[in-house]
Amino acid sequence: MSAQTARRPAAGGLRSAAGARLGGVAVLLVVAAVFPLVITNALYTQFGVDTLIFVTAVAAWNLFSGFSGYISLGHAVFFGTGAYTVGLLTQHWKVIGGTIFALLPLGGLVAALIAVPFGLIALRVRRHTFVVITIAIFFMFQLMAFNFAFTGGNNGLSTPFFLWSAAEYNNPFYYAALILAVGTILLCWAIRGSRFGLQLLAIRDDEDRARGLGVRAMRVKLTAFVISGGLTGMVGGLWWFFIGQALPQTAFNPAFDLSVALMAFLGGFGTLAGPVLGALILEPLQQWDAITFTNGFVGEIALGVLFLAVILFMPRGLIPTGRELITRWRASNARRREPAPGGAPPGGAAVAQPAASTSQPSTGTPSTGSIR
Amino acid sequence: MGREITEAIVDGILGGGVYALMAVGLTLIFGVLDIINIAQGILVVLGAYLSYVLSVHLHIDLFVGLLVTVPAMFIIGVAIQWAFIRPLRGRERTSMSLLASYAVAIIIEGVLYLIFGSNYVNLTARYVTNGPKIFGFYLDYIYIYGFLMALLLVAAIYYTLYRTQFGRTIRATMQDQTAARIVGINVNRVQALTFGIGVAVTAAGGMVFGATGGGFNPNTGYDLISRLLAIVILGGLGSIAGAMIAAIFMITLEAVVDVVWSPSWSVVVFYAALVLVLAFRPQGLLGRRAARAQ
Repeated sequence: MSAQTARRPAAGGLRSAAGARLGGVAVLLVVAAVFPLVITNALYTQFGVDTLIFVTAVAAWNLFSGFSGYISLGHAVFFGTGAYTVGLLTQHWKVIGGTIFALLPLGGLVAALIAVPFGLIALRVRRHTFVVITIAIFFMFQLMAFNFAFTGGNNGLSTPFFLWSAAEYNNPFYYAALILAVGTILLCWAIRGSRFGLQLLAIRDDEDRARGLGVRAMRVKLTAFVISGGLTGMVGGLWWFFIGQALPQTAFNPAFDLSVALMAFLGGFGTLAGPVLGALILEPLQQWDAITFTNGFVGEIALGVLFLAVILFMPRGLIPTGRELITRWRASNARRREPAPGGAPPGGAAVAQPAASTSQPSTGTPSTGSIR
Repeated sequence: MGREITEAIVDGILGGGVYALMAVGLTLIFGVLDIINIAQGILVVLGAYLSYVLSVHLHIDLFVGLLVTVPAMFIIGVAIQWAFIRPLRGRERTSMSLLASYAVAIIIEGVLYLIFGSNYVNLTARYVTNGPKIFGFYLDYIYIYGFLMALLLVAAIYYTLYRTQFGRTIRATMQDQTAARIVGINVNRVQALTFGIGVAVTAAGGMVFGATGGGFNPNTGYDLISRLLAIVILGGLGSIAGAMIAAIFMITLEAVVDVVWSPSWSVVVFYAALVLVLAFRPQGLLGRRAARAQ
């Protein structure tokens, strides 16, 4: 609620900024679309596909966790389910060539179906317990992938050979990933502005109060969980095509859950652009890490240190922190320009206030600390 | 078959005692600081490696070595709390602290890999591979000693909590932080010391784990933390008695399923039991419903 009403005055006053933002998005899209045509080095296009896969996964994760405040560390369940579903269907129907991408929605569908019982159990509890239950369910799925016969056990599932030219091998995957990423971000944007999105944000701010105001919390949370899971399943299927093999420990990977959360927090948990930015920064960095340090543990330590630095120095992520800095800078500029005695300082504060609550729609309860 | 089940139950109870010790540390930290210390698993492994270094390089007995490793882990715990947990403020503090402790875990894991590599190691001593015959099967002394030590330490924690002034300040902080502050308790100090105690028990738990679990390497931390989390959630977050009951129940269940069904499914049953219990009792066995407002 507060997020939407607070955004209006900020956006209304800065129409040029909204235009600039639209232009920026357009430029970003064009760059993304021509990237594999300009840079044809397979290593870099591979980075591109990986990054877009993570952009989608983080945006999908944020659609549920960021908007509702329920931190899921079990989204690898959907990622792996999507990969295995698409893998089994590809083998069963012997699909080769471009039609493989038509299977992705089926992977998403199965992941979404699994999200229903998963959500019905896990969403009954809050906060820490929710996090731990998602971890527990995640481990159950990983162990099932190891143990069942139809999943191929330890050997996992390998993709068939795709017969497109080696020079542009990555391109079909790249554009499929780009379509998925753009579609997911558009969906997030639409949900964020909708009644459904506002209900999610209300649950994040104060679930009991939201319930009192007539939000059907369970239904709203579950819907978001299922949508988020379905999107993650689709991108999991794409990942399987691209990477060529799904093993229980790579398709159901605890590091996936952690990376996704880190990317979202780095960019700005619960914002629209933050998770995308986080994935754009971190995934290429991780890939570069992996090829630079032959000893993977140095990269791991670096990841941990970066993670801690983000948490300690910009706990709300890049986008909210940056936006706050810009607002403060604007406010101080405005104050300098019209030094009306007494009027300017509260005015400056009033400008800063709504912008801060746009970036973090949770400032509605500033006094909880003192009440508790 | 009957004999194997008896053996599994005895093993489960004795091993569960050690898990109870580690889980009590975790649940104590949760109760006082309102955070889940994801690093608990890797800290157990760190404790085991400390014992390993002392016993292999300095030839110090495993139990004697605890006199060094327990204080060392206490200091590490206080340092982690001071550097990474204490500065966290604001509304997202809970999730932030979860992620911060996760980051600490992967840093420790990376450092352990750099120092010790990924080879599995074992803690060895005369009493690790020796023992009396009970109920028709051999039981190594380490299981018995480890269980007794865990019992002793948990009793010591109980005594501290319920019979000392310091324990009273801990319980007051668990109940209501603001009120505790108002009556003059130095909450920051209580939080730092509690985190230290919660981490210190991992030195003892890690030593027994390293001697009884079939070898460990830095990656073992994930296995441990997922088990410990399942245990403290099942017992009810913040409940010490619940953590002990859940530890013994879960580890025994796992050992029994291991024997009667298959080792590869025993861990699945372990998590399935957690999910099943929570489906009917979301607050865990002994947890208080909505102990803290969201």
